Amino acid sequence: MVSGLINANPVVYEKKERRVRSQPADKDEYAVEPIDQQEIFDHVRDIKDPEHPYSLEELKVVSEDAIELDDEHNYVRITFTPTVEHCSMATVIGLCLRVKLMRSLPSRYKVDIRVAPGTHATEAAVNKQLNDKERVAAALENPNLVEMVDECLAPTYE
Amino acid sequence: MENEGTVGLDCNFELKEVQKLEGHTDRVWGLAWNPVTGLAGVPSVLASCSGDKTVRIWQQAAATGSWECKAVLDETHTRTVRSCAWSPSGKMLATASFDATTAIWENVGDDFECVATLEGHENEVKSVCWNSSGSLLATCGRDKSVWIWEVQPGHEFECVSVLQGHTQDVKMVLWHPSIDLLVSVSYDNTIKIWAEDGESDDWHCVQTLGDSFSGHSSTVWAVSFNSTGDKMVTCSDDLTLKIWDTSLDLTASGSDSSGLWRHLCTLSGYHDRTIFSVHWSRDGVIASGAGDDTIRLFKEIPSDVVNGPSYNMICKKEKVHSMDVNSVQWHPKVPTILASASDDGYIKIWELKAIS
Repeated sequence: MVSGLINANPVVYEKKERRVRSQPADKDEYAVEPIDQQEIFDHVRDIKDPEHPYSLEELKVVSEDAIELDDEHNYVRITFTPTVEHCSMATVIGLCLRVKLMRSLPSRYKVDIRVAPGTHATEAAVNKQLNDKERVAAALENPNLVEMVDECLAPTYE
Repeated sequence: MENEGTVGLDCNFELKEVQKLEGHTDRVWGLAWNPVTGLAGVPSVLASCSGDKTVRIWQQAAATGSWECKAVLDETHTRTVRSCAWSPSGKMLATASFDATTAIWENVGDDFECVATLEGHENEVKSVCWNSSGSLLATCGRDKSVWIWEVQPGHEFECVSVLQGHTQDVKMVLWHPSIDLLVSVSYDNTIKIWAEDGESDDWHCVQTLGDSFSGHSSTVWAVSFNSTGDKMVTCSDDLTLKIWDTSLDLTASGSDSSGLWRHLCTLSGYHDRTIFSVHWSRDGVIASGAGDDTIRLFKEIPSDVVNGPSYNMICKKEKVHSMDVNSVQWHPKVPTILASASDDGYIKIWELKAIS
């Protein structure tokens, strides 16, 4: 077990200004509102990095541009960039993204999570695990892992 | 040979929904029809297993034809139940769970009693299957191993082999319909065939269907044999179905299992999300259940002497469930009845009809 943080000195970026969404006056309460990139980003930007007291947005692990969305076909793909190439927290971060979206998006959504190409040493292996729903389901039955994920997701519910 | 997706051609069949079965409180992973029911006045029985840690037994009422939940097998598994399988006699049900155990249940009247618990796997068990004579049971799991158990009198089960070979998580095991040949499919993208060495009674891997055999390029989720056992179909995260056939002489008893399997056909271009389940009916219709909430049906078209058999999609039914389809299973006796199970927690019964 490696002692000390994987990336002791991460680069911390400024948070992007938050856009306040205006409500149209004649809003139909029953209309299904289309989901856009901004909304998906709002769900995940405040997820805390597992190792540092900074959000995934501040560490530029996720950005609005890295979210591909097709609302009509209920499809989302998030590409995240671990801070270092050998980050062993990559699967945990990916799991946090998946869990947050699972809890926040309608169940009709299909979500793919991947690491940005070229940013991780075992990219294919990480991507495969994150997109195998049986592996994800089993992982989420592990109380220790769930506790870690919930800690990372806590700031997003405030 | 390749079969590219040709949507709309020969789609003159439709799936009509018969009933939606509600009850499970989490995703339904697997289904199993009781093999001795559904004929000669015996009402059809279906077992389902779920992330809610229970197994439900459903029976079709003789008078109304409507499906009811007859029993809930709970308070045994402590985690997701991933797979269930009836013994060939229909008297026992094996259930495989993420809790690393396989439970054996006996049907006594209207009740089900857990009569044995098989332990040994290091972590999640993902599949369980009985051989055609009911004398052996196979299980597999994330620990990359395949276990073979001998069924003994008095609900005793003895492990006779722990098969290593896969380099990753094993998703499903399936016995051949007539001989003691076992197939396993894995997260390592390969399909392995296991047989007993006639002389030493040792089980070993007789073939691995991977890259060199035109194998899958991602996780293989399921496998199914045709009724005669000379062909099998596999489905994968690589979005294809692959058909395999064998030169094995299946009629010879105590047959030499060295007959190899070879790639016959790949069905690509039809699916856009992971295919989780595939099942071959007695009538030769292949059903697939996928992550795009869709069931697709394929049928072999008569063999061309030059190119060999090919397969047409005869039906595509979208939004059969509101979430991923995890399992599709044809009724063992009535070849036009299909059951499907989904992440949405529901099971649906379908009837295949020709479009007039």
